[in-house]
Amino acid sequence: MSKSNSSGYWLSKVRELHSSSRPRAQHKYAEAMDEWEAKTLGPWLKHSTERRRSFTTSSNFKLKALYGPSDVEGIDPIKDIGFPGAYPFTRGIYPSMYRGRQWTMRMFSGYGTPKDTNRRLKYLLSKGETGLSIAFDMPTLYGYDADDVRALGEVGRCGVNVSSLDDVERLFSGIPLGRVSTSMTINAPAAVLMAMYLATAKEQEVPFKRLRGTTQTDILKEYIAQKEWAFPPEAHMRLIRDMMVYCTKNVPQWNYISVSGYHIREAGASALQELAFTLADGFSYVDLGLSAGLPVDSFAPRLSFFFNSTMNFLEEVAKFRAARRIWATVLKEKYRAKDPRSLLLRFHTQTSGASLTWQQPLNNIVRTAIEALAATLGGTQSLHTNAYDEAWALPTEGSAEVALRTQQILAEETGIADVVDPMGGSYYLEWLTRELEEGAYIYFDKIDKLGGVIGAIKTGYLQREIADTAYETQKRIEEKQNVIVGVNDFKVEETQPISTLKIDERAQKAQREALADLRKTRDAASVRFSLARFRHSLQDEKDNCMPSLIRAVIARSTLGEIMQVGREVYGSWKEPMVI
Amino acid sequence: MRETPSTSKRRIKIIVAKPALDGHDRGALVLCRAFRDAGMEVIYAGLLTTPEQVAQMAIDEGVDVVALSLLNGAHMTVFPKVLRLLKEKGGEDILVVGGGIIPEGDKAKLERMGITGNFGPGTPLKEAVEHIISRVRKERWATREAARGGRPLSSTKPRQSPGP
Repeated sequence: MSKSNSSGYWLSKVRELHSSSRPRAQHKYAEAMDEWEAKTLGPWLKHSTERRRSFTTSSNFKLKALYGPSDVEGIDPIKDIGFPGAYPFTRGIYPSMYRGRQWTMRMFSGYGTPKDTNRRLKYLLSKGETGLSIAFDMPTLYGYDADDVRALGEVGRCGVNVSSLDDVERLFSGIPLGRVSTSMTINAPAAVLMAMYLATAKEQEVPFKRLRGTTQTDILKEYIAQKEWAFPPEAHMRLIRDMMVYCTKNVPQWNYISVSGYHIREAGASALQELAFTLADGFSYVDLGLSAGLPVDSFAPRLSFFFNSTMNFLEEVAKFRAARRIWATVLKEKYRAKDPRSLLLRFHTQTSGASLTWQQPLNNIVRTAIEALAATLGGTQSLHTNAYDEAWALPTEGSAEVALRTQQILAEETGIADVVDPMGGSYYLEWLTRELEEGAYIYFDKIDKLGGVIGAIKTGYLQREIADTAYETQKRIEEKQNVIVGVNDFKVEETQPISTLKIDERAQKAQREALADLRKTRDAASVRFSLARFRHSLQDEKDNCMPSLIRAVIARSTLGEIMQVGREVYGSWKEPMVI
Repeated sequence: MRETPSTSKRRIKIIVAKPALDGHDRGALVLCRAFRDAGMEVIYAGLLTTPEQVAQMAIDEGVDVVALSLLNGAHMTVFPKVLRLLKEKGGEDILVVGGGIIPEGDKAKLERMGITGNFGPGTPLKEAVEHIISRVRKERWATREAARGGRPLSSTKPRQSPGP
């Protein structure tokens, strides 16, 4: 750069940037864009062809090369995009977002016996984790005891095993329930685990009104995607109703339902399907609360959400923004909520397990970081980042630590937490947000016509939509229309380069022994009595079964015994054919 | 290989099953569609079945192959159990293949028992389809052809996936 003689020019540029009298472009943007397409893009494409014939997002939105102001005409910067902490909350639910408090780093963990997991929870707390999140094993998720024949080989494999109140007490031993917030990923037996948690709080002498946390409890997405149910849909909905009513009155800070898109997405759905099916589930729970006679503002503020964040980066950011806008709009317009807190879509995010590859597992650190970035730019309230070895096994302490560090790096080093909704106003992002919003409303209409979410589940519509998308995605990968690094391109000879967490039969043995012991030492008569009362409560549709459930777990009735009563009263569920 | 009328018209009958407490059915449902598009007759056993039920269904339906999928870590308990039950119930000639989240060490053990494939995430559908076609041709059709005095096919290479 030459000295001094251009200094007048540089400073005139500085003044010009802030000048309102700066000459403006003479013609309309749309015309300018047409002209650019004709004179610049068109000739360019003649000698430089594009990589693909068409570019689409996961939701199959066809993409143009460029988005500009004419693509967001009709999106009102005040009414539609608005301001954070103000309706319709497109830009975030709090006015200052992460400038006040960072998102909660909540790492999902659980394996083996309650003692094993207790150790892992304390380890994560010591590393700076700010909220607990418990993963249960398959027998617990389906409501079978560790010594049930169906549990053989599965105890403690995918999460921690819980068969009785004693297990929950061991799980939280030395962790003051009044001072942590605990998220429990439990659905079919959610009411039972809630009862066990409340009984543990009683034991620790923590008043219910101080308990903070979440039970997932979202049974609708189980029928749609994760497929972990125990009874038919209506029976589970009744139990959820009882939890809603009980917690609204007694455990006011508890999020008793976390409406979950995570599993819908993992099962193969597109971003749009995740958005639409999850919000449709959310509306079903609002209807459920209303049908129980609760005013909408007494429970809507306690409904929270749980979304996936996967690799189509900008579509993910748009999805979170669209979700907030739709929820606020529908709660206000359709459900007539008056309390501003009812309109807030608060959500947890987990990065996508399905996006992780078994091949070249260290690459998964990069994927998880990008997905975590999308979640935070999307305004998540809490986040779990997956460990890089999860396509192989449950994470080791080392890999779980890298995952947590990924969040800390995002929060502290990148600057993204210093401004609210830094992506807002991007033409492409705002356009995509509206496309997703529109697509979701069309899905809501379809679902309504099938008799609501439960009707749509019974016809298999929702399950088939997801399975079809999953198959299409797989075919696109095989035809290399979608490239997954290390899987269908940039491959290397794989050797097992990482050591993974091994879960042996020890957990199963320990849990079976503990149960055998419990069955011998507990008071058999009060167990029988408590189960009979629970049965009686289930048979009376108008009764609330939570008090009898709490008594049953305190009497040391096991999870499996309690769920067996439910199976006898309600029968089981066979899903419609979806292939 | 030149098709003989008896082989070209044959359809592989396969049952896809998840006989455990495991709702992760994305892979199984995708494979059902892939097997169907490859020309196979596909039975999906549905969720929350037991190894006993799956073995019985396989025998009742007269399938060529039982394809097991588990992502919950119970494969070393469940896969061998299905194989054993098939043998006990007189289905010892039914082939068993597996897939899911299966660590390397377990793969080798399953292979030795005769449970093959054991495909992990990211496996191309074609690879799973071809594996099944190849095993059926070698171990079921060839031996039956031989038993009937037909031309043995065991030395021939498996053809490409017949699907679109």
